[in-house]
Amino acid sequence: MIVIENVEKRFGETTVLKRINLTIEPGEVVTILGSSGSGKSTLIRCINGLEALSGGRITVDGNDVSTKAGLATARRRSATVFQLFNLYPHMTALENITLAPINVLKKPRAEAEARARELLKLVGLADLATAYPQRLSGGQRQRVGICRALAMDPRYLLLDEVTSALDPEMTGEVLDILAELARGGTTMLFVTHEVEFARRISSRIVFLEQGELIVDMPTERFFAEDGGFAVPRIRQFLTKMKKD
Amino acid sequence: MSKVDTSKARPQPSVVEEVDRLVVVPRRNYGIWIGTAFTLVLSYFILRAFAVNPAFGWETAAGYLFHPSIMSGLMTTLVLTVVIMFLAIIIGTIVAVMRVSPSPVLRSFAGAYVWFFRGVPALIQLIFWFNLALLVREFSLTLPFVGEIFSIRTNDFMTPFFSAVVALSLCEAGYMAEIIRAGIKSVPTGQSEAASALGMPYRNILKRIVLPQAMRFVVPPTGNEAINLLKLTSLVTFIAVDDLFYSAQSIYARTFETIPLLIVVAVWYLAVVSIMSVGQHFLERHFGRSETRSQSLTTRFLRNAFGTRAKGAAT
Repeated sequence: MIVIENVEKRFGETTVLKRINLTIEPGEVVTILGSSGSGKSTLIRCINGLEALSGGRITVDGNDVSTKAGLATARRRSATVFQLFNLYPHMTALENITLAPINVLKKPRAEAEARARELLKLVGLADLATAYPQRLSGGQRQRVGICRALAMDPRYLLLDEVTSALDPEMTGEVLDILAELARGGTTMLFVTHEVEFARRISSRIVFLEQGELIVDMPTERFFAEDGGFAVPRIRQFLTKMKKD
Repeated sequence: MSKVDTSKARPQPSVVEEVDRLVVVPRRNYGIWIGTAFTLVLSYFILRAFAVNPAFGWETAAGYLFHPSIMSGLMTTLVLTVVIMFLAIIIGTIVAVMRVSPSPVLRSFAGAYVWFFRGVPALIQLIFWFNLALLVREFSLTLPFVGEIFSIRTNDFMTPFFSAVVALSLCEAGYMAEIIRAGIKSVPTGQSEAASALGMPYRNILKRIVLPQAMRFVVPPTGNEAINLLKLTSLVTFIAVDDLFYSAQSIYARTFETIPLLIVVAVWYLAVVSIMSVGQHFLERHFGRSETRSQSLTTRFLRNAFGTRAKGAAT
Protein backbone atom coordinates (compact mmCIF):
# COMPACT_ATOMS: atom_id res chain seq x y z
CA MET A 1 0.00 0.00 0.00
CA ILE A 2 1.30 3.47 -0.89
CA VAL A 3 0.15 6.10 1.57
CA ILE A 4 0.62 9.79 0.79
CA GLU A 5 -0.19 12.05 3.73
CA ASN A 6 -0.31 15.83 3.67
CA VAL A 7 2.50 15.95 1.16
CA GLU A 8 3.91 19.34 0.28
CA LYS A 9 6.58 20.18 -2.25
CA ARG A 10 8.09 23.58 -2.85
CA PHE A 11 10.75 24.64 -5.34
CA GLY A 12 12.00 27.90 -3.88
CA GLU A 13 8.99 30.21 -3.76
CA THR A 14 6.73 28.02 -5.89
CA THR A 15 4.53 25.48 -4.19
CA VAL A 16 4.10 22.54 -6.53
CA LEU A 17 2.16 20.17 -4.27
CA LYS A 18 -0.24 21.30 -1.56
CA ARG A 19 -1.25 18.92 1.21
CA ILE A 20 -1.82 15.90 -1.01
CA ASN A 21 -3.52 12.87 0.53
CA LEU A 22 -3.81 9.67 -1.48
CA THR A 23 -3.78 5.95 -0.77
CA ILE A 24 -3.10 3.27 -3.36
CA GLU A 25 -4.14 -0.26 -2.40
CA PRO A 26 -2.54 -3.32 -3.96
CA GLY A 27 -4.28 -4.30 -7.20
CA GLU A 28 -5.54 -0.81 -7.96
CA VAL A 29 -4.83 1.13 -11.12
CA VAL A 30 -4.93 4.78 -10.18
CA THR A 31 -4.66 7.45 -12.84
CA ILE A 32 -3.55 10.98 -12.09
CA LEU A 33 -5.00 13.50 -14.50
CA GLY A 34 -4.38 17.22 -14.65
CA SER A 35 -3.04 19.86 -16.97
CA SER A 36 0.68 20.43 -17.49
CA GLY A 37 2.34 21.92 -14.44
CA SER A 38 -0.30 20.66 -12.06
CA GLY A 39 2.32 18.63 -10.14
CA LYS A 40 1.50 15.14 -11.43
CA SER A 41 5.05 14.17 -12.32
CA THR A 42 6.42 15.76 -9.16
CA LEU A 43 4.11 13.53 -7.12
CA ILE A 44 5.56 10.43 -8.78
CA ARG A 45 9.09 11.75 -8.26
CA CYS A 46 8.32 12.22 -4.57
CA ILE A 47 7.17 8.61 -4.24
CA ASN A 48 10.37 7.15 -5.73
CA GLY A 49 12.53 9.62 -3.84
CA LEU A 50 13.85 11.60 -6.80
CA GLU A 51 12.50 14.72 -5.08
CA ALA A 52 12.72 15.32 -1.34
CA LEU A 53 9.46 16.26 0.36
CA SER A 54 9.03 19.73 1.81
CA GLY A 55 6.38 18.44 4.19
CA GLY A 56 4.17 15.45 4.96
CA ARG A 57 4.95 11.79 4.63
CA ILE A 58 4.95 9.06 1.99
CA THR A 59 5.16 5.40 2.92
CA VAL A 60 5.39 2.39 0.64
CA ASP A 61 4.23 -0.70 2.55
CA GLY A 62 5.03 1.20 5.72
CA ASN A 63 8.52 2.28 4.62
CA ASP A 64 9.00 6.02 4.95
CA VAL A 65 10.67 7.29 1.78
CA SER A 66 12.30 10.20 3.60
CA THR A 67 14.52 7.80 5.54
CA LYS A 68 17.47 6.16 3.85
CA ALA A 69 16.52 2.59 4.71
CA GLY A 70 12.84 3.25 3.98
CA LEU A 71 13.63 4.68 0.57
CA ALA A 72 15.83 1.71 -0.30
CA THR A 73 12.98 -0.69 0.47
CA ALA A 74 10.42 1.54 -1.24
CA ARG A 75 12.52 1.63 -4.39
CA ARG A 76 12.80 -2.13 -4.33
CA ARG A 77 9.03 -2.49 -4.21
CA SER A 78 8.23 0.09 -6.84
CA ALA A 79 9.62 0.69 -10.31
CA THR A 80 9.33 3.74 -12.50
CA VAL A 81 8.86 4.14 -16.24
CA PHE A 82 9.86 7.58 -17.52
CA GLN A 83 8.48 9.94 -20.12
CA LEU A 84 11.80 10.13 -21.99
CA PHE A 85 12.56 6.42 -21.46
CA ASN A 86 16.00 7.12 -19.93
CA LEU A 87 17.40 3.89 -21.31
CA TYR A 88 21.14 3.51 -20.83
CA PRO A 89 22.52 4.23 -24.31
CA HIS A 90 25.74 2.30 -23.77
CA MET A 91 23.98 -0.97 -23.02
CA THR A 92 21.89 -3.33 -25.12
CA ALA A 93 18.18 -3.75 -24.45
CA LEU A 94 18.96 -6.91 -22.51
CA GLU A 95 21.68 -5.24 -20.43
CA ASN A 96 19.36 -2.34 -19.69
CA ILE A 97 16.85 -4.77 -18.26
CA THR A 98 19.24 -7.02 -16.33
CA LEU A 99 21.43 -4.33 -14.75
CA ALA A 100 19.30 -3.60 -11.70
CA PRO A 101 18.17 -7.20 -11.04
CA ILE A 102 21.82 -8.34 -11.01
CA ASN A 103 23.04 -5.30 -9.12
CA VAL A 104 20.28 -4.69 -6.61
CA LEU A 105 18.41 -7.98 -6.28
CA LYS A 106 21.69 -9.94 -6.63
CA LYS A 107 20.10 -12.31 -9.11
CA PRO A 108 22.48 -14.65 -10.96
CA ARG A 109 23.15 -13.33 -14.45
CA ALA A 110 21.63 -16.34 -16.21
CA GLU A 111 18.43 -16.07 -14.25
CA ALA A 112 18.17 -12.31 -14.83
CA GLU A 113 18.75 -12.76 -18.54
CA ALA A 114 16.17 -15.52 -18.82
CA ARG A 115 13.62 -13.29 -17.12
CA ALA A 116 14.57 -10.34 -19.34
CA ARG A 117 14.09 -12.40 -22.48
CA GLU A 118 10.73 -13.54 -21.18
CA LEU A 119 9.69 -9.91 -20.65
CA LEU A 120 10.97 -8.82 -24.05
CA LYS A 121 8.92 -11.60 -25.60
CA LEU A 122 5.90 -10.40 -23.69
CA VAL A 123 6.21 -6.92 -25.21
CA GLY A 124 6.99 -8.30 -28.67
CA LEU A 125 10.68 -7.41 -28.79
CA ALA A 126 12.22 -10.87 -28.49
CA ASP A 127 14.39 -10.25 -31.57
CA LEU A 128 15.85 -6.99 -30.32
CA ALA A 129 17.49 -8.20 -27.11
CA THR A 130 20.98 -7.29 -28.31
CA ALA A 131 20.03 -4.01 -29.98
CA TYR A 132 21.28 -0.71 -28.57
CA PRO A 133 18.60 1.87 -27.71
CA GLN A 134 19.64 4.15 -30.56
CA ARG A 135 18.52 1.49 -33.01
CA LEU A 136 15.04 1.25 -31.51
CA SER A 137 11.99 3.36 -32.32
CA GLY A 138 10.43 5.45 -29.57
CA GLY A 139 7.70 2.90 -28.95
CA GLN A 140 10.23 0.08 -28.79
CA ARG A 141 12.39 2.07 -26.38
CA GLN A 142 9.49 2.64 -24.07
CA ARG A 143 8.58 -1.04 -24.19
CA VAL A 144 12.14 -1.83 -23.12
CA GLY A 145 11.67 0.79 -20.39
CA ILE A 146 8.61 -1.09 -19.17
CA CYS A 147 10.53 -4.38 -19.21
CA ARG A 148 13.34 -2.76 -17.22
CA ALA A 149 10.82 -1.75 -14.56
CA LEU A 150 9.04 -5.12 -14.56
CA ALA A 151 12.32 -7.03 -14.25
CA MET A 152 12.52 -5.78 -10.67
CA ASP A 153 9.27 -7.65 -9.90
CA PRO A 154 7.80 -4.48 -8.43
CA ARG A 155 4.62 -4.44 -6.40
CA TYR A 156 3.92 -0.98 -7.68
CA LEU A 157 4.52 0.37 -11.14
CA LEU A 158 4.89 4.14 -11.38
CA LEU A 159 4.28 5.47 -14.89
CA ASP A 160 5.26 9.07 -15.55
CA GLU A 161 3.62 10.24 -18.80
CA VAL A 162 5.05 7.23 -20.56
CA THR A 163 3.40 7.96 -23.91
CA SER A 164 3.85 11.74 -24.07
CA ALA A 165 6.94 11.53 -26.24
CA LEU A 166 5.42 9.05 -28.70
CA ASP A 167 3.37 9.40 -31.85
CA PRO A 168 -0.16 7.90 -31.86
CA GLU A 169 0.88 4.61 -33.40
CA MET A 170 3.69 4.03 -30.91
CA THR A 171 1.42 5.19 -28.11
CA GLY A 172 -0.91 2.35 -29.10
CA GLU A 173 1.91 -0.22 -28.82
CA VAL A 174 2.76 0.92 -25.32
CA LEU A 175 -0.81 1.29 -24.06
CA ASP A 176 -1.69 -2.23 -25.20
CA ILE A 177 1.03 -3.58 -22.94
CA LEU A 178 -0.10 -1.47 -20.01
CA ALA A 179 -3.69 -2.65 -20.49
CA GLU A 180 -2.40 -6.20 -20.44
CA LEU A 181 -0.54 -5.54 -17.19
CA ALA A 182 -3.60 -3.91 -15.65
CA ARG A 183 -5.70 -6.97 -16.47
CA GLY A 184 -2.97 -9.11 -14.90
CA GLY A 185 -3.45 -7.29 -11.61
CA THR A 186 -0.30 -5.11 -11.48
CA THR A 187 -0.73 -2.16 -9.15
CA MET A 188 -0.15 1.01 -11.11
CA LEU A 189 0.03 4.70 -10.51
CA PHE A 190 -0.38 6.24 -13.88
CA VAL A 191 0.27 9.86 -14.82
CA THR A 192 -1.11 10.50 -18.27
CA HIS A 193 -2.90 12.70 -20.77
CA GLU A 194 -4.62 9.73 -22.40
CA VAL A 195 -8.06 10.27 -20.90
CA GLU A 196 -9.85 7.58 -22.89
CA PHE A 197 -7.22 5.01 -22.02
CA ALA A 198 -7.34 5.98 -18.36
CA ARG A 199 -11.09 5.44 -18.45
CA ARG A 200 -10.59 1.96 -19.84
CA ILE A 201 -7.98 0.64 -17.45
CA SER A 202 -8.08 2.55 -14.18
CA SER A 203 -10.10 1.71 -11.15
CA ARG A 204 -9.75 5.22 -9.76
CA ILE A 205 -8.97 8.65 -11.08
CA VAL A 206 -7.55 11.57 -9.17
CA PHE A 207 -7.38 15.06 -10.56
CA LEU A 208 -4.63 17.55 -9.70
CA GLU A 209 -5.14 21.24 -10.21
CA GLN A 210 -2.26 23.62 -9.45
CA GLY A 211 -0.77 21.27 -6.90
CA GLU A 212 -4.04 20.46 -5.18
CA LEU A 213 -5.83 17.16 -5.36
CA ILE A 214 -9.36 18.30 -6.12
CA VAL A 215 -11.06 15.01 -7.00
CA ASP A 216 -10.47 11.36 -6.11
CA MET A 217 -13.20 9.11 -7.51
CA PRO A 218 -13.77 5.63 -8.88
CA THR A 219 -13.45 5.80 -12.67
CA GLU A 220 -17.17 5.42 -13.37
CA ARG A 221 -18.09 8.19 -10.99
CA PHE A 222 -15.41 10.43 -12.46
CA PHE A 223 -16.92 10.25 -15.93
CA ALA A 224 -20.53 10.40 -14.71
CA GLU A 225 -22.64 13.52 -15.33
CA ASP A 226 -23.30 13.92 -11.62
CA GLY A 227 -19.77 12.86 -10.57
CA GLY A 228 -16.54 14.31 -11.98
CA PHE A 229 -18.40 16.08 -14.75
CA ALA A 230 -20.28 18.06 -12.17
CA VAL A 231 -17.02 19.79 -11.17
CA PRO A 232 -16.65 22.71 -13.60
CA ARG A 233 -12.85 22.49 -13.84
CA ILE A 234 -12.97 18.81 -14.72
CA ARG A 235 -15.78 19.23 -17.22
CA GLN A 236 -13.67 21.93 -18.88
CA PHE A 237 -10.55 19.69 -18.88
CA LEU A 238 -12.35 16.66 -20.26
CA THR A 239 -14.14 18.56 -23.03
CA LYS A 240 -10.90 20.21 -24.04
CA MET A 241 -9.08 16.84 -24.09
CA LYS A 242 -11.80 15.35 -26.26
CA LYS A 243 -11.49 18.18 -28.76
CA ASP A 244 -7.73 17.71 -29.02
CA MET B 1 2.06 31.90 -80.88
CA SER B 2 2.24 35.68 -81.17
CA LYS B 3 5.41 37.71 -81.21
CA VAL B 4 4.41 39.75 -78.18
CA ASP B 5 4.09 36.68 -75.95
CA THR B 6 7.59 35.39 -76.70
CA SER B 7 9.23 38.70 -75.95
CA LYS B 8 7.52 38.77 -72.55
CA ALA B 9 8.50 35.20 -71.66
CA ARG B 10 12.25 35.49 -72.26
CA PRO B 11 14.85 38.22 -72.15
CA GLN B 12 15.66 40.18 -75.29
CA PRO B 13 17.89 38.15 -77.68
CA SER B 14 20.41 40.96 -77.60
CA VAL B 15 20.75 40.65 -73.80
CA VAL B 16 21.31 36.90 -74.03
CA GLU B 17 24.07 37.39 -76.57
CA GLU B 18 25.60 40.07 -74.40
CA VAL B 19 25.72 37.71 -71.41
CA ASP B 20 27.16 34.88 -73.51
CA ARG B 21 30.02 37.05 -74.59
CA LEU B 22 31.07 37.81 -71.00
CA VAL B 23 34.00 35.82 -69.63
CA VAL B 24 33.67 34.35 -66.17
CA VAL B 25 36.73 34.95 -63.99
CA PRO B 26 37.24 33.88 -60.37
CA ARG B 27 37.05 36.65 -57.80
CA ARG B 28 40.51 38.05 -57.14
CA ASN B 29 41.70 37.81 -53.59
CA TYR B 30 44.80 39.94 -53.26
CA GLY B 31 45.19 39.18 -49.56
CA ILE B 32 45.81 35.51 -50.28
CA TRP B 33 48.32 36.33 -53.02
CA ILE B 34 50.31 38.64 -50.80
CA GLY B 35 50.17 36.16 -47.94
CA THR B 36 51.35 33.30 -50.15
CA ALA B 37 54.23 35.30 -51.55
CA PHE B 38 55.28 36.42 -48.07
CA THR B 39 55.13 32.86 -46.73
CA LEU B 40 57.23 31.52 -49.60
CA VAL B 41 59.90 34.14 -49.06
CA LEU B 42 59.90 33.49 -45.31
CA SER B 43 60.18 29.73 -45.84
CA TYR B 44 63.12 30.29 -48.14
CA PHE B 45 64.98 32.31 -45.54
CA ILE B 46 64.25 29.84 -42.79
CA LEU B 47 65.36 26.84 -44.84
CA ARG B 48 68.46 28.66 -46.00
CA ALA B 49 69.38 29.57 -42.43
CA PHE B 50 68.99 25.92 -41.43
CA ALA B 51 71.03 24.72 -44.38
CA VAL B 52 73.93 27.11 -44.52
CA ASN B 53 74.55 28.00 -40.89
CA PRO B 54 77.19 25.50 -39.71
CA ALA B 55 76.39 26.23 -36.03
CA PHE B 56 73.32 24.04 -36.30
CA GLY B 57 75.64 21.09 -36.58
CA TRP B 58 73.21 18.73 -38.28
CA GLU B 59 75.78 15.98 -38.56
CA THR B 60 76.68 16.23 -34.89
CA ALA B 61 72.96 16.08 -34.07
CA ALA B 62 72.49 13.01 -36.24
CA GLY B 63 75.38 11.38 -34.46
CA TYR B 64 73.78 11.92 -31.05
CA LEU B 65 70.24 10.91 -32.13
CA PHE B 66 70.61 7.32 -30.88
CA HIS B 67 73.30 7.99 -28.26
CA PRO B 68 72.81 5.57 -25.31
CA SER B 69 72.30 8.30 -22.72
CA ILE B 70 69.79 10.08 -25.00
CA MET B 71 67.96 6.76 -25.36
CA SER B 72 67.84 6.18 -21.63
CA GLY B 73 66.73 9.80 -21.15
CA LEU B 74 63.93 9.27 -23.66
CA MET B 75 62.94 6.14 -21.77
CA THR B 76 62.78 8.07 -18.49
CA THR B 77 60.64 10.74 -20.14
CA LEU B 78 58.22 8.12 -21.50
CA VAL B 79 58.03 6.26 -18.19
CA LEU B 80 57.42 9.54 -16.35
CA THR B 81 54.65 10.48 -18.76
CA VAL B 82 52.90 7.13 -18.52
CA VAL B 83 53.18 6.83 -14.73
CA ILE B 84 52.13 10.44 -14.10
CA MET B 85 49.22 10.27 -16.54
CA PHE B 86 48.03 7.02 -15.00
CA LEU B 87 48.14 8.44 -11.46
CA ALA B 88 46.61 11.73 -12.62
CA ILE B 89 43.65 9.93 -14.16
CA ILE B 90 43.03 7.98 -10.95
CA ILE B 91 43.43 10.98 -8.64
CA GLY B 92 41.55 13.19 -11.09
CA THR B 93 38.62 10.76 -11.20
CA ILE B 94 38.45 10.67 -7.41
CA VAL B 95 38.57 14.47 -7.19
CA ALA B 96 35.95 14.81 -9.95
CA VAL B 97 33.60 12.40 -8.20
CA MET B 98 34.09 14.36 -4.97
CA ARG B 99 33.34 17.53 -6.86
CA VAL B 100 29.90 16.32 -7.93
CA SER B 101 29.16 14.61 -4.61
CA PRO B 102 26.10 15.60 -2.57
CA SER B 103 28.34 16.35 0.44
CA PRO B 104 29.37 20.02 0.62
CA VAL B 105 32.55 19.09 2.53
CA LEU B 106 33.77 16.77 -0.24
CA ARG B 107 32.72 19.29 -2.87
CA SER B 108 34.64 22.16 -1.34
CA PHE B 109 37.71 20.02 -0.64
CA ALA B 110 37.80 19.00 -4.30
CA GLY B 111 37.23 22.60 -5.34
CA ALA B 112 40.17 23.73 -3.23
CA TYR B 113 42.32 20.95 -4.68
CA VAL B 114 41.67 22.04 -8.25
CA TRP B 115 42.12 25.69 -7.36
CA PHE B 116 45.50 25.08 -5.74
CA PHE B 117 47.09 22.56 -8.06
CA ARG B 118 46.00 24.32 -11.23
CA GLY B 119 46.88 27.70 -9.83
CA VAL B 120 50.48 27.16 -8.73
CA PRO B 121 52.97 26.77 -11.60
CA ALA B 122 54.11 23.18 -12.11
CA LEU B 123 57.78 24.10 -11.78
CA ILE B 124 57.23 25.60 -8.34
CA GLN B 125 55.27 22.52 -7.20
CA LEU B 126 58.07 20.34 -8.50
CA ILE B 127 60.78 22.16 -6.57
CA PHE B 128 58.56 22.27 -3.51
CA TRP B 129 58.14 18.47 -3.37
CA PHE B 130 61.82 18.00 -4.05
CA ASN B 131 62.57 20.13 -1.01
CA LEU B 132 59.95 18.52 1.21
CA ALA B 133 62.70 17.58 3.65
CA LEU B 134 63.06 21.25 4.59
CA LEU B 135 59.49 21.14 5.82
CA VAL B 136 59.21 17.63 7.21
CA ARG B 137 62.38 15.91 8.40
CA GLU B 138 60.97 12.42 8.67
CA PHE B 139 57.76 10.46 8.49
CA SER B 140 57.02 8.10 11.33
CA LEU B 141 54.06 6.13 12.53
CA THR B 142 53.79 5.98 16.32
CA LEU B 143 50.97 4.18 18.07
CA PRO B 144 50.15 4.75 21.73
CA PHE B 145 51.42 1.89 23.99
CA VAL B 146 53.03 0.18 20.98
CA GLY B 147 55.64 2.74 20.19
CA GLU B 148 57.13 3.59 16.86
CA ILE B 149 56.04 1.28 14.02
CA PHE B 150 58.27 2.74 11.36
CA SER B 151 60.14 5.88 10.59
CA ILE B 152 61.72 7.09 7.39
CA ARG B 153 63.75 10.16 6.65
CA THR B 154 62.19 12.35 3.99
CA ASN B 155 65.42 12.59 2.04
CA ASP B 156 65.60 8.80 1.79
CA PHE B 157 62.45 8.44 -0.26
CA MET B 158 62.06 11.87 -1.87
CA THR B 159 64.41 11.01 -4.67
CA PRO B 160 64.30 13.30 -7.70
CA PHE B 161 62.28 10.74 -9.67
CA PHE B 162 59.80 10.19 -6.85
CA SER B 163 59.37 13.95 -6.26
CA ALA B 164 58.75 14.40 -9.97
CA VAL B 165 56.08 11.72 -10.00
CA VAL B 166 54.37 13.10 -6.89
CA ALA B 167 54.50 16.74 -7.96
CA LEU B 168 53.42 16.33 -11.57
CA SER B 169 50.73 13.70 -10.80
CA LEU B 170 49.10 15.98 -8.25
CA CYS B 171 49.35 18.92 -10.63
CA GLU B 172 48.08 17.04 -13.66
CA ALA B 173 45.26 15.51 -11.57
CA GLY B 174 43.90 19.04 -11.08
CA TYR B 175 43.44 19.35 -14.84
CA MET B 176 42.13 15.81 -15.25
CA ALA B 177 39.59 16.41 -12.47
CA GLU B 178 38.08 19.28 -14.41
CA ILE B 179 37.94 17.27 -17.63
CA ILE B 180 36.28 14.33 -15.91
CA ARG B 181 33.88 16.55 -14.03
CA ALA B 182 32.78 18.12 -17.31
CA GLY B 183 32.28 14.61 -18.68
CA ILE B 184 30.16 13.59 -15.70
CA LYS B 185 28.08 16.76 -16.00
CA SER B 186 27.40 16.03 -19.65
CA VAL B 187 25.54 12.81 -18.86
CA PRO B 188 21.81 13.63 -18.68
CA THR B 189 20.38 13.50 -15.13
CA GLY B 190 17.64 11.15 -16.34
CA GLN B 191 20.28 8.45 -16.57
CA SER B 192 21.18 8.39 -12.91
CA GLU B 193 17.54 9.01 -11.95
CA ALA B 194 16.40 5.93 -13.85
CA ALA B 195 18.99 3.82 -12.08
CA SER B 196 18.44 5.25 -8.61
CA ALA B 197 14.65 4.86 -8.93
CA LEU B 198 15.32 1.14 -9.39
CA GLY B 199 17.28 1.12 -6.16
CA MET B 200 20.83 1.12 -7.50
CA PRO B 201 23.30 2.51 -4.98
CA TYR B 202 25.12 5.75 -5.82
CA ARG B 203 28.47 4.00 -6.21
CA ASN B 204 27.17 1.53 -8.77
CA ILE B 205 25.35 4.25 -10.66
CA LEU B 206 28.62 6.12 -11.01
CA LYS B 207 30.51 3.01 -12.04
CA ARG B 208 28.00 1.46 -14.42
CA ILE B 209 25.96 4.38 -15.75
CA VAL B 210 27.63 7.76 -15.36
CA LEU B 211 31.38 7.21 -15.79
CA PRO B 212 31.10 4.95 -18.86
CA GLN B 213 28.96 7.56 -20.58
CA ALA B 214 31.25 10.37 -19.46
CA MET B 215 34.14 8.57 -21.21
CA ARG B 216 32.95 9.78 -24.58
CA PHE B 217 33.50 13.38 -23.51
CA VAL B 218 36.63 12.69 -21.49
CA VAL B 219 38.79 10.80 -23.98
CA PRO B 220 39.57 13.54 -26.55
CA PRO B 221 40.76 16.20 -24.06
CA THR B 222 42.68 13.53 -22.14
CA GLY B 223 44.70 12.88 -25.28
CA ASN B 224 45.58 16.56 -25.38
CA GLU B 225 46.57 16.47 -21.74
CA ALA B 226 48.85 13.48 -22.32
CA ILE B 227 50.61 15.33 -25.13
CA ASN B 228 51.01 18.42 -22.95
CA LEU B 229 52.25 16.30 -20.09
CA LEU B 230 54.95 14.70 -22.23
CA LYS B 231 56.40 18.14 -22.83
CA LEU B 232 55.74 19.30 -19.28
CA THR B 233 57.96 16.51 -17.94
CA SER B 234 60.97 18.36 -19.35
CA LEU B 235 60.67 20.52 -16.21
CA VAL B 236 62.08 17.64 -14.13
CA THR B 237 65.48 18.62 -15.48
CA PHE B 238 65.43 21.30 -12.77
CA ILE B 239 65.52 18.68 -10.03
CA ALA B 240 68.09 16.51 -11.83
CA VAL B 241 65.89 13.66 -13.00
CA ASP B 242 67.78 12.21 -15.96
CA ASP B 243 65.04 12.63 -18.55
CA LEU B 244 65.56 13.34 -22.24
CA PHE B 245 66.35 17.02 -21.77
CA TYR B 246 68.62 16.46 -18.76
CA SER B 247 70.61 13.79 -20.61
CA ALA B 248 71.15 16.18 -23.49
CA GLN B 249 72.14 18.93 -21.08
CA SER B 250 74.70 16.77 -19.36
CA ILE B 251 76.28 15.98 -22.72
CA TYR B 252 76.47 19.56 -23.95
CA ALA B 253 77.71 20.74 -20.57
CA ARG B 254 80.83 18.72 -21.37
CA THR B 255 81.13 19.14 -25.13
CA PHE B 256 79.52 22.57 -25.67
CA GLU B 257 77.53 21.17 -28.60
CA THR B 258 74.49 22.97 -27.26
CA ILE B 259 72.48 23.53 -30.44
CA PRO B 260 72.93 20.06 -31.97
CA LEU B 261 71.78 18.43 -28.72
CA LEU B 262 68.79 20.72 -28.40
CA ILE B 263 67.91 19.63 -31.93
CA VAL B 264 68.16 15.99 -30.86
CA VAL B 265 65.80 16.69 -27.96
CA ALA B 266 63.35 18.58 -30.18
CA VAL B 267 63.36 15.79 -32.76
CA TRP B 268 62.50 13.17 -30.16
CA TYR B 269 59.74 15.25 -28.60
CA LEU B 270 58.29 15.92 -32.06
CA ALA B 271 58.47 12.22 -32.93
CA VAL B 272 56.66 11.10 -29.78
CA VAL B 273 54.07 13.89 -30.03
CA SER B 274 53.38 12.91 -33.66
CA ILE B 275 52.79 9.29 -32.70
CA MET B 276 50.55 10.36 -29.84
CA SER B 277 48.58 12.69 -32.12
CA VAL B 278 47.85 9.86 -34.51
CA GLY B 279 46.65 7.72 -31.63
CA GLN B 280 44.55 10.58 -30.34
CA HIS B 281 43.00 11.08 -33.75
CA PHE B 282 41.75 7.51 -33.77
CA LEU B 283 40.50 7.65 -30.20
CA GLU B 284 38.61 10.84 -30.97
CA ARG B 285 37.07 9.32 -34.04
CA HIS B 286 35.66 6.55 -31.96
CA PHE B 287 34.64 8.36 -28.82
CA GLY B 288 33.70 11.78 -30.13
CA ARG B 289 30.94 10.83 -32.54
CA SER B 290 27.28 11.58 -32.10
CA GLU B 291 25.00 9.15 -30.39
CA THR B 292 22.67 8.68 -33.28
CA ARG B 293 25.01 6.71 -35.51
CA SER B 294 25.09 2.99 -35.32
CA GLN B 295 28.06 1.19 -33.86
CA SER B 296 30.85 0.01 -36.10
CA LEU B 297 32.96 -3.08 -35.70
CA THR B 298 35.95 -1.04 -34.63
CA THR B 299 33.99 0.74 -31.93
CA ARG B 300 32.82 -2.55 -30.61
CA PHE B 301 36.39 -3.80 -30.69
CA LEU B 302 37.57 -0.78 -28.69
CA ARG B 303 34.71 -1.24 -26.30
CA ASN B 304 35.65 -4.83 -25.70
CA ALA B 305 39.36 -4.16 -25.66
CA PHE B 306 39.21 -1.43 -23.05
CA GLY B 307 36.19 -2.74 -21.21
CA THR B 308 34.67 0.72 -21.36
CA ARG B 309 31.16 0.88 -22.59
CA ALA B 310 31.50 4.33 -24.00
CA LYS B 311 29.54 4.82 -27.10
CA GLY B 312 29.83 6.89 -30.15
CA ALA B 313 30.37 5.41 -33.49
CA ALA B 314 32.01 5.49 -36.78
CA THR B 315 30.07 4.21 -39.69
